Amino acid sequence: MNDFDSVADWIAAAFLLVGAFLCLTAGVGLLRFPDVLSRMHAGTKPQVMGVLLIMIGGAIRLTGWSVTWMLLLVAVFQLITAPVNAHMVSRIAYRRRHVAPEHLFVDELGVAPRGAEVQAGERGRRGDEPADAPVDQGPGPTVAEDDEAEDPAADEPAGGPRR
Amino acid sequence: MTVDSPLRRLRLRAPLLIWLVLIWNLLWGTWSWANLITGVLVALTVTVVLPLPVVAGGARIHPLPALYLIGHFLVNLTVSSAQVAWQTLRPSGIRQSAVIRVQLRTDSDLLLSIISQNLTLVPGSMVLDLDRRRMALGVHVLDVGDEADVERQRAEVLATERRVVRAFGSAEDIARLDQEPPQERATAPAAAEPTR
Repeated sequence: MNDFDSVADWIAAAFLLVGAFLCLTAGVGLLRFPDVLSRMHAGTKPQVMGVLLIMIGGAIRLTGWSVTWMLLLVAVFQLITAPVNAHMVSRIAYRRRHVAPEHLFVDELGVAPRGAEVQAGERGRRGDEPADAPVDQGPGPTVAEDDEAEDPAADEPAGGPRR
Repeated sequence: MTVDSPLRRLRLRAPLLIWLVLIWNLLWGTWSWANLITGVLVALTVTVVLPLPVVAGGARIHPLPALYLIGHFLVNLTVSSAQVAWQTLRPSGIRQSAVIRVQLRTDSDLLLSIISQNLTLVPGSMVLDLDRRRMALGVHVLDVGDEADVERQRAEVLATERRVVRAFGSAEDIARLDQEPPQERATAPAAAEPTR
């Protein structure tokens, strides 16, 4: 049983493995990163690169041009759609103030909640609110707690994400 | 839109039509006249039934800067996926992130879209918001330690803008790169409404 009968097969195998590994790290990033915005980074860069590498590996290993064209289309559409998807999700998260200010070094757009409630130990996480809601209200709505509970990263022990 | 002659409309739609025919042929995977003709029919049907607004300005391609842009993009994509992969796996996780506002100098829908697409796939940055009227980007930056990181990322965004505009911009767009970024244009008709 020897499927690796040429150098090209080894190269294809390397591309497939590295690509699969990058897709795995994208999944790990979704679990380990603390907030929506950081997670979308994991969901775009290693993910896109992983798919590209798997497509290249597949194109080397599979024979026939029609397959190659199909793989090329998959790669092109991955490149076009992944950033748009990440942008839409993170933009909505940001505008709904789904952002914890302790994760932000600076916020030059000034939409994320800051100031009094953060100092008051409120952790600033106001959950799901429209961006034009008044900022200087009391504690955030109870939605915030439900949201924490659904948060996969919240279940992680101390070895989880730290700053 | 003024009264366009059908010929002019066809010329503006041509890139989209060619792209659709190309996709159709790639999906079939083999070249034949039948595929080409059905592709044209499908493309015409799609553009007539589901019309899209014409992209104002159109694109020019400067081959050498475009190659430079693509090469740079591929290197950046490789670096950034390795970087993010390492950040997800390393025991210390990530430091804080940041949301920065970068004032661009480009005033073209098409170029701004290409810049935003590019930025999301290069190291560290992801476009959150685009204030079209003021030509400003809101960029989320992953893993920021200090002020220097923020400034480095800001410079990187402006460098990306420069590469994209050099590759696809008109002479006017390229000239604007070397001018000071415009200040707030308070007199524009669309009141204080940001991008929606």
